[in-house]
Amino acid sequence: MQAFWRDTVEFLPILMSGVALTIIVTIGSLLLSTLLGLIWALMRVSGIGVVTGFSAGLINVIRGIPIIVLLFYLYFVMPEFGVTLTALQAAILGLGIAYSAYQAENFRAGIEAIDKGQIEAAQAIGMSWWQTMRRVVLPQAVKIVLPPYGNVMIMMLKDSSQASTITVAELALQGKLIASSTFKNTSVFTLVALMYLTMSIPLILLVRHFEKRAGQK
Amino acid sequence: MIELSNVHKSFGKVEVLKGITASVEKGEVVCIIGPSGSGKSTILRCINGLESYDSGDILVEGAKVDRNAASIVSIRTQVSMVFQRFNLFPHRTALENVIEGPVYVKKEPRAEALERGRALLARVGLAEKADVHPPQLSGGQQQRVAIARALAMQPKAILFDEPTSALDPELVGDVLSVMRKLADDGMTMVVVTHEMAFAKDVADRVLFIDGGVIVEQGPAKSVLNQPQHARTQDFLRRVLHPL
Repeated sequence: MQAFWRDTVEFLPILMSGVALTIIVTIGSLLLSTLLGLIWALMRVSGIGVVTGFSAGLINVIRGIPIIVLLFYLYFVMPEFGVTLTALQAAILGLGIAYSAYQAENFRAGIEAIDKGQIEAAQAIGMSWWQTMRRVVLPQAVKIVLPPYGNVMIMMLKDSSQASTITVAELALQGKLIASSTFKNTSVFTLVALMYLTMSIPLILLVRHFEKRAGQK
Repeated sequence: MIELSNVHKSFGKVEVLKGITASVEKGEVVCIIGPSGSGKSTILRCINGLESYDSGDILVEGAKVDRNAASIVSIRTQVSMVFQRFNLFPHRTALENVIEGPVYVKKEPRAEALERGRALLARVGLAEKADVHPPQLSGGQQQRVAIARALAMQPKAILFDEPTSALDPELVGDVLSVMRKLADDGMTMVVVTHEMAFAKDVADRVLFIDGGVIVEQGPAKSVLNQPQHARTQDFLRRVLHPL
């Protein structure tokens, strides 16, 4: 135990630099996946055949490709087409795209849960499709969507570790580097696990808060 | 002001409107009665383009109703709708519900819309409920807010789709008396209803619809007191004397 504390004091500063990147990757890809997911979801419920079909197809393609392959593609293959991204850019883009499919399905479920009467009432006062979405449907859908959205946040925090496969020196990769140079696997990976857990706990509490609020209504 | 000529409408293989021809004059109150599934609500929903129709013509002040044309917005701002299940926006207060259309569709200045909205809520007897959200209101209060919301558009006509059918019996009167006041003020109204007493007292004309056709129509008192057609007689007997 004493050895563990000594290792903690020694490795924590290095691991903390990894934490910073983990947070940057998570927040960056969360924002991107939310934006893209919302676009796919709105296309999906647009009622325009071609647009709906395109969105449904795209979501399936994204869902069918492992995140790690998507990351490799962006980081190793895109340069051959003249698009060179930094590891961090590729990580945020890859995770953002990968998760946009799940966000889209979540948002769509929320939108479709809104009573049809709401949409008719909005149309009956002359609102356009976009006004109906923005003023009537989305504000009500948010409440339904938030609990699963919180779960996606937790999953993204953990899946940000996949960025390590394309050399982003986030928490998991920092851990691996320390472990392979010191052979203190137990201390290092226990520490890494505890740090992920510590970052997850506020998110878990947030999900619980969302669920309570959704339950009240 | 509203004219329907030979309107047909099918849902899949079921033809719900089989050639409806009718007109509503300015300032007139027309009640549409008939059994469930006869197409009453569908007629209303076609008039403001919530449903499309397959053939025939619907004109509002001479403009053809086409739910896919840009002109539908202008028709909807002229012909408001009150729904059976109120369909108020639950995330907005009563007052916000009322000003939603004027501010965001008709681009009225907010201060003006607020002032008018408060006056409208007072007119339906709910001045003190302006800042309450719909789920905290009774059904009758919600429906009166919905009527205020319809009035806020300053429409030329209002369509009522069974406005009291979802209400507890003791709340029906409040809504009907608001509607009667509107009629007295000269509002053009088309009301799908099962409230025969209201139809008799307030309506200028009654249309009896069954099986997607207008079986009988005429001045309210004559259709309701001396129905000519056997189906109308049968329907009225069942509604007025259910035992």
